[in-house]
Amino acid sequence: MIQISTKSVEETKRFGAELAGIARAGDLILLCGDLGAGKTSFTQGFGLALGVTSPITSPTFTLANCYEGNLIINHLDVYRLTHIEETRDLGLHELVDGHSVTLIEWGDVIIGALPDGYIEIRFNLGETSDDRDINIQFSGPDWEDRFEAIEAIKERLC
Amino acid sequence: MSGLILGIETSCDETAAAVVDSAKTVRSSVVSSQIDLHARFGGVVPEVASRAHLDLMIPVVAESLVSAGVEGNEVDAVAATTGPGLVGSLLVGVTAAKSLSLVWDVPFVSVNHLEAHLYASFLEEPDLDFPLVVLLVSGGHTMLVLMEAHGRYRVLGSTLDDAAGEAFDKVARYLGLEYPGGPAIDALAVEGDPTAFDYPRALVQENPDTMAEDRKLAFSFSGLKTAVINHVRNNPDVSTADVAASFQEAVVEVLVTKAKWAAAATGAKGLCLGGGVAANSRLREKFLDACIETGVQSFIPSRSMCTDNAAMVAAAGWWCLQMDGSSPLNTGADPNWGLPERLNS
Repeated sequence: MIQISTKSVEETKRFGAELAGIARAGDLILLCGDLGAGKTSFTQGFGLALGVTSPITSPTFTLANCYEGNLIINHLDVYRLTHIEETRDLGLHELVDGHSVTLIEWGDVIIGALPDGYIEIRFNLGETSDDRDINIQFSGPDWEDRFEAIEAIKERLC
Repeated sequence: MSGLILGIETSCDETAAAVVDSAKTVRSSVVSSQIDLHARFGGVVPEVASRAHLDLMIPVVAESLVSAGVEGNEVDAVAATTGPGLVGSLLVGVTAAKSLSLVWDVPFVSVNHLEAHLYASFLEEPDLDFPLVVLLVSGGHTMLVLMEAHGRYRVLGSTLDDAAGEAFDKVARYLGLEYPGGPAIDALAVEGDPTAFDYPRALVQENPDTMAEDRKLAFSFSGLKTAVINHVRNNPDVSTADVAASFQEAVVEVLVTKAKWAAAATGAKGLCLGGGVAANSRLREKFLDACIETGVQSFIPSRSMCTDNAAMVAAAGWWCLQMDGSSPLNTGADPNWGLPERLNS
C-alpha cells in the first residue's frame, strides 16, 4: 500500500492529473471514501490532464458518464446500487475494455463483480477539513508494474 | 394545428402519462411515484426503478386516457422522454411509446427531458415573452437556459460538479433525514435559523462584471456539500434544523443570484423556474422577490408541474413535432443527452 496526503481540493485534483499521466487504456480505477472526500475532484483533475474540455460533473444521477480526451474515460457512480447484480444494468463489463479507462466512485461496494486487476484509491479525511489521507492499493500485474511510477508521483506531490 | 398528444415520462423514479391538447390544455396528467419503494434505500435504485416502471406503465397510460376521456385511436401522436435519465428506466417509456405509435399508426416524438421542463412554464402561462431565462434545478441538473424562441435555446451556465438537488439529497442523507432529501430539508428548515451558519457560496462572491464568462453563470455545490458534512461531523450536537436552514439558504442565494445575473446579461424579459428543486418553498419565495426587485416578468409553475410529469413531455412533444417532425422508430434512449441547442440551426 502507498499513502499520499493532500492538503486541498486543488492538490487532490493534481494527484488525479499525475495518475492520469501513467494511466493506460483498459485500466480500472476504484474511488472510495465518504461523501465530500474528493472522488469527483480527483476525476476532474484526471480528466483535465487527459484533455477533457467539458466539465466533469458528479455521475450520481446518470450513474455513468463518458468523456473523450486522449483516452475515453468512463466515470461511474455506484452509490445508489445495493445489489452486485445491478452492475449488469450499468453494462460494466462492456464498459471496461481495452479502449477506455474506467473510474468507479464507491467502487468498493461492487468489488466482487469486478474484473481482475484494478487500483483502489481510498480518500480518508485528515486532520483538518481540507486534508485528505489517500491510501492506494492495487491488484494484478498491470498495476504492480507501475508501483515505482506511483511512488514517484508521491515524491512529486510532497 | 390541433393535436392530442399522449406524453410518457420514465426518466427517473416517476412513471407518468398525460394527454395534452396542442401544448395548451392538459386533459389528464397521471404521476405514479416510486418514492416509497426507493425511500428505504435512500435514493433511486436503477434496477428497482426499471422494474417498477414496467409494472406501472400500462395502468398509468390507461388511466391517463380514461381520465382524459380519450380513446387510443383519437391520439394524434405519442411523445416520450428519451433522455437524459437512467437508461433502464428510459427504455421502458420509450418502448411503450414506440409500440403505441405503431399500433395507432401515429407519429412517435422523442423528447428531451430538459426541454420538457422548459415547457412546463408554457403549459401554465402560454403568453410568456421571449427572450426568457429559465433556471432549471433538479436532482440531476442545475442550469440557466436562455430561450430566444420556441426551440431556440442556449445553455448559459450549468453545474461544474454536483446538481443542487443532489446536494440536497446527500446532505439530507448525512443528517439522517428521509428520502427524497429536498422536501425533508425544506420542512426541517422552517424550524431553523438560516443565518446560524455561514456556509460557503461558490462563484457568487466576486464581481460579476469582471468574472470569466465560463464561471459567471456556472454553479458549484460540491464544496458546500463537503463544508456542511464536515461541520456536522465536527459538531455532532449541532441543531439539524439550523444546519438545514443555513444550507438551504446558501443554495437558494447562489441560485437566485445567478438567475439575476443571467437576466441582466441577456436582457431577458422574463425569468422562469423549473425542475424538481423549484418546488422548494424558500427558493420560490426568494426567486419571486428577485424578479420584483429587478422588474422582470416572472413565472413559477405549480409544484406538480415543477417535479417530473408527462404533461410537460406532451407539450414539448407537440412543439418538437412542429419544429422537427416525427422521430424515427429506431430512436433509442440516451442517458447523457444534453439540451438540444437549436440556436444556430
